[in-house]
Amino acid sequence: MNTRADTGANTGADTQATKGANGIEIENLNVWFGEHEDRVDAVRDASLCVPEGGSFGLVGESGSGKSTILRALTGLVPTWSGRMAVLGRDLGRRRDREFYRSVQMVFQDPYASLHPRQSVDQVLGETLSLHGFHDIDRRINKLLDDVGLGPAFRFRYPHQLSGGQRQRVAIARALAPEPRILLLDEPTSALDVSVQAEILNLLVDLRAERGLTYLMVSHNLAVVGHMCSDVAVMQLGEIVETLPVEDMRAGRTTHPYTRHLLQASLGEMAAGA
Amino acid sequence: MSISDPEQPNVSQSWRDWLLTDTPTSRRHARIAALYQGWLSFRGNHMAMFGLFILLALVLIAALAPWIAPHDPFAQDLATRLKPPGTPGYLLGSDGLGRDILSRMIWGARITLYIVALVALVAPIAGLFVGTVAGYAGGWTDRVLMRITDIFLAFPRLVLALAFVAALGAGIENAVLAISLTAWPPYARIARAETLTIRNSDYIHAVRLQGAGPLRIITRHIWPLCISSLVVRVTLDMAGIILAAAGLGFLGLGAQPPTPEWGAMISEGRKFILDFWWVATMPGLAIFTVSLAFNLLGDGLRDVLDPKEGSQ
Repeated sequence: MNTRADTGANTGADTQATKGANGIEIENLNVWFGEHEDRVDAVRDASLCVPEGGSFGLVGESGSGKSTILRALTGLVPTWSGRMAVLGRDLGRRRDREFYRSVQMVFQDPYASLHPRQSVDQVLGETLSLHGFHDIDRRINKLLDDVGLGPAFRFRYPHQLSGGQRQRVAIARALAPEPRILLLDEPTSALDVSVQAEILNLLVDLRAERGLTYLMVSHNLAVVGHMCSDVAVMQLGEIVETLPVEDMRAGRTTHPYTRHLLQASLGEMAAGA
Repeated sequence: MSISDPEQPNVSQSWRDWLLTDTPTSRRHARIAALYQGWLSFRGNHMAMFGLFILLALVLIAALAPWIAPHDPFAQDLATRLKPPGTPGYLLGSDGLGRDILSRMIWGARITLYIVALVALVAPIAGLFVGTVAGYAGGWTDRVLMRITDIFLAFPRLVLALAFVAALGAGIENAVLAISLTAWPPYARIARAETLTIRNSDYIHAVRLQGAGPLRIITRHIWPLCISSLVVRVTLDMAGIILAAAGLGFLGLGAQPPTPEWGAMISEGRKFILDFWWVATMPGLAIFTVSLAFNLLGDGLRDVLDPKEGSQ
């Protein structure tokens, strides 16, 4: 799996060396909610760099600010400072449609990310027409095919789909504008264990087929180990360590919190086995 | 004959399957199937069906008024004034000018429906617009719009309607306008509350990530989710609207005298209420029946439409 992920840039030791070919660059990012005495700093001084075609994982426990980084990147959280760049273009306060054509996001909970009154056909059709495509009928069928849902699912409503099927629809929606970067916000944490593997394999295959860049948030080290080549560990809004996945697997960590996470997840696996 | 009999259940069975399928094959199919399933759950509520039946009857009566009314609603005959119910030719009696009360009530159904339809068009749409814009925009827009709503809510409804009618002049159209102006704030409140819960959901974020603007998000994604609770509220409010229109008519500020409006008819009957009870009672019963029908329908619609209770 990992060798396939190594397309494009040199992963591992020094990602900074591949400037220019960077999919996502984040430097000294601060994100906060609220003003004055209510202010909560969700992310503090975070920097990371994902080469184009690379696959990067953000791990940490809930509330550590992982998802907030994705939301700031997509423009859903306007209160941030620092520097963010996507495909070599610096990001301002507003995102234009061009941005959304190259960057898309898959949300955590497929039960909340699909409009309850819209059929799969409406969801994908609107997305495609917003991005200015014309051969919508053909594209909807193609997208459903790509995510492993047949045309039979096209006119169903979300309540007629299972969790895994919903997440496939959400992935199809994210793929509709043919983005180059996909942000994955714990895409499998709301799903059954058996379905999780299916969705993860689908994501791995899609990345291999389309040369996508992934920035994936997860609290599950096993998932990140399966999907990503580099990992950043977050604690209380700060990135405490960034390391290649091989190092993490071999236990070559420097920060005590990373070691703690690793031990916790090993314990979990041992308990599960 | 003998062949068609076993055939019959099969055909209807396949229709049922087609309507109840979980795997619709086209856009139209999906929509019809969703409607049919809503209808099935609505049909299970007998009281709501009863309300719907009364309202359909009212619509039919209003549409067929010229043919089913036994008399001209304006024809006066002082020789037959104040006849009690059951008098030959005057099934529900006659009023102080000898007009047939039944005929006037049948024609009055048109006016009632006219008022109800106009208010139901104006007030909820205005409320929906103000509420969703306030809820979605937030900040200053929200504050200004909701304070205006509060100001309208602070007046007693009938008093405010009276003031409007007094300013605009008496008449049905002005009564409708006045009622609408006093009826929209609760809808704005509901729509805003719904919008606030919907606004931060992931599916709205997902549409924003497709580059959709606020106008599209409000009209195509938020409105469809607000409309069901508004429809329920409107049907429940209909009784109040009919009563407000009747109240304005009763006070002489709604429909003007010869018009057979139910509230105005009660007002005319007031003069005789002690000796000739039927003159005021008959239109009163009509108002009561229609109000009750709307309430029953509203309860049934809430069970079908309200996503918080209905969705499994």
